Amino acid sequence: MPIAINGEDYPLPADPRTSLLDFIRREAGLTGTKKGCDHGQCGACTVLVGGVRINSCLSLAVTNDGEEVTTIEGLGTLAAPAAMQMAFVAQDAFQCGYCTPGQICSATALLEEVAAGWPSDATADLGAAPELTDEEIRERMSGNLCRCGAYANILAAIREVAEEAA
Amino acid sequence: MRPFDYQRAERLEHASQLAADADTLPLAGGTNLVDLMKLEVETPQTLVDISRLPLRSIAEEGAGLRIGALVTNTATAADPRVRADYPVLARAILAGASQQLRNRATTGGNLCQRTRCYYFTNIDQPCNKREPGSGCGAIEGIARIHAVLGTSPHCIATYPGDMAVALAALDARVEIARENGSSRSVPVRDFHRLPGDTPERDNVLEPGEIITAVTLPAPVGGTQLYRKVRERSSYAFALCSVAALVALEDNRFTRADLAFGGLAHKPWHDPRIAELLVGSEPSLALFDRAADLLLEGAQGYGENDFKIPLARRTLAAVLCEASGVGA
Ligand SMILES: Cc1cc2nc3c(=O)[nH]c(=O)nc-3n(C[C@H](O)[C@H](O)[C@H](O)COP(=O)(O)OP(=O)(O)OC[C@H]3O[C@@H](n4cnc5c(N)ncnc54)[C@H](O)[C@@H]3O)c2cc1C
Ligand code: SF4
Ligand code: FES
Ligand code: FES
Repeated sequence: MPIAINGEDYPLPADPRTSLLDFIRREAGLTGTKKGCDHGQCGACTVLVGGVRINSCLSLAVTNDGEEVTTIEGLGTLAAPAAMQMAFVAQDAFQCGYCTPGQICSATALLEEVAAGWPSDATADLGAAPELTDEEIRERMSGNLCRCGAYANILAAIREVAEEAA
Repeated sequence: MRPFDYQRAERLEHASQLAADADTLPLAGGTNLVDLMKLEVETPQTLVDISRLPLRSIAEEGAGLRIGALVTNTATAADPRVRADYPVLARAILAGASQQLRNRATTGGNLCQRTRCYYFTNIDQPCNKREPGSGCGAIEGIARIHAVLGTSPHCIATYPGDMAVALAALDARVEIARENGSSRSVPVRDFHRLPGDTPERDNVLEPGEIITAVTLPAPVGGTQLYRKVRERSSYAFALCSVAALVALEDNRFTRADLAFGGLAHKPWHDPRIAELLVGSEPSLALFDRAADLLLEGAQGYGENDFKIPLARRTLAAVLCEASGVGA
């Protein structure tokens, strides 16, 4: 079965060594998703698979056949950006922008995860639904590093979208 | 990455048969194995993808819980039964890695994750675990993250995971399917090995054996804590961690099941600690005696000497929090 990326089908790669990240960038030609470390340590390659965020660098493309992948290009377009994309611009949540596609994919998934009640290391009471405190957002975004240190504004952008939705 | 043959297992028996070959490895979430294959630390000729086998459910079993080998770390930590009855397990999982990694990481893969020793992951360095007989780069080298308990002259690596430390405190078991179709069950406390003179073997799995589940005993209640000390407050491995199941009655311990991470080649559990604590009144002096037992044979290798006092203080901090001493 092919892999669907942003609603379009792509045949599986011939070489099983191809990571999902390389597949997205090279075979699908979608270069929004970035390669930072290629070892699961930075989060630049974060995409959604079946709506769940993962590090695409540590996943072999062939293991994702039949899945639906969403990349930064699938979240919104220049003509119709997603709320999270607009908030990153409005809050100046980046400098060089290299980590940004991964940050936005992560942030988008984060809001769903909190809505679904998934706990984090920052959740004080495991018996209760988590609240979207700053501490929770920071902990849940810890898998996305930013060498430019735009963390404070990334937090503000996520807050903005969460508060708009509330 | 070296070329390999990719096979998807349609059934468990199929996976076991393929995995019986020494050059074949099972692939679950891939978050550790794919990483090590890129570094050419792992060079399987065949990869058997087990990720679609039906081992994805958490079910009640007897008075306990059975967590399938392919349940993601995220799903285990979010499960209402785990959160209510085994909070130490949820806490340990949530203290590890990042949300993205936990979304793919599985029960079985997490148990079998390999050491983060820098010599092990660099194929230009000597390492008895990666290449038996080549020597150990860490013993005379950079050993900040290395073990202080149960080391051998051949290897001083640590088991890096968090989840298994909680499972050791809970006295959970690992359910294993064998190539011949039978199965066996091993206590988590006996699943990982000490390095001895065969550091290439991390655990007791034999070729062709596939983990199918982890089983938790009936809930014990009490106070359950997981304290992890690391270089940064999130997304970093443990330098030292403590999982604790503690209960008190009339100011005396009635339960004190403790396990330790970051100190050894396996989650460390010393039954003498519970024997000392149960029946005694909590006090700083008592916690110090517990630490004496824990650290009886401890040996530092220079850069990791700090782990010995760190383990003592982390143990005391957890017991203080659980018992209210010093509060
Ligand atoms: C940057 C980074 C930070 C991390 N931080 C932490 C941390 O703080 N704490 C922590 O605990 N972990 C941490 N991890 C490790 C992570 O938890 C593991 O990579 C993950 O749990 C492995 O699970 P997996 O399903 O992806 O395993 P895989 O990568 O698929 O497999 C790992 C190993 O297990 C074997 N295996 C898998 N399933 C089975 C089975 N059912 N039976 C037999 N063998 C099997 C494979 O053959 C392989 O050898 C981190 C990882 C990264 C990359
Ligand atoms: S400590 Fe173990 S894993 Fe690290 S170099 Fe020595 S033998 Fe290899
Ligand atoms: S490129 Fe995947 S985590 Fe850094
Ligand atoms: S904006 Fe430059 S790395 Fe984050």
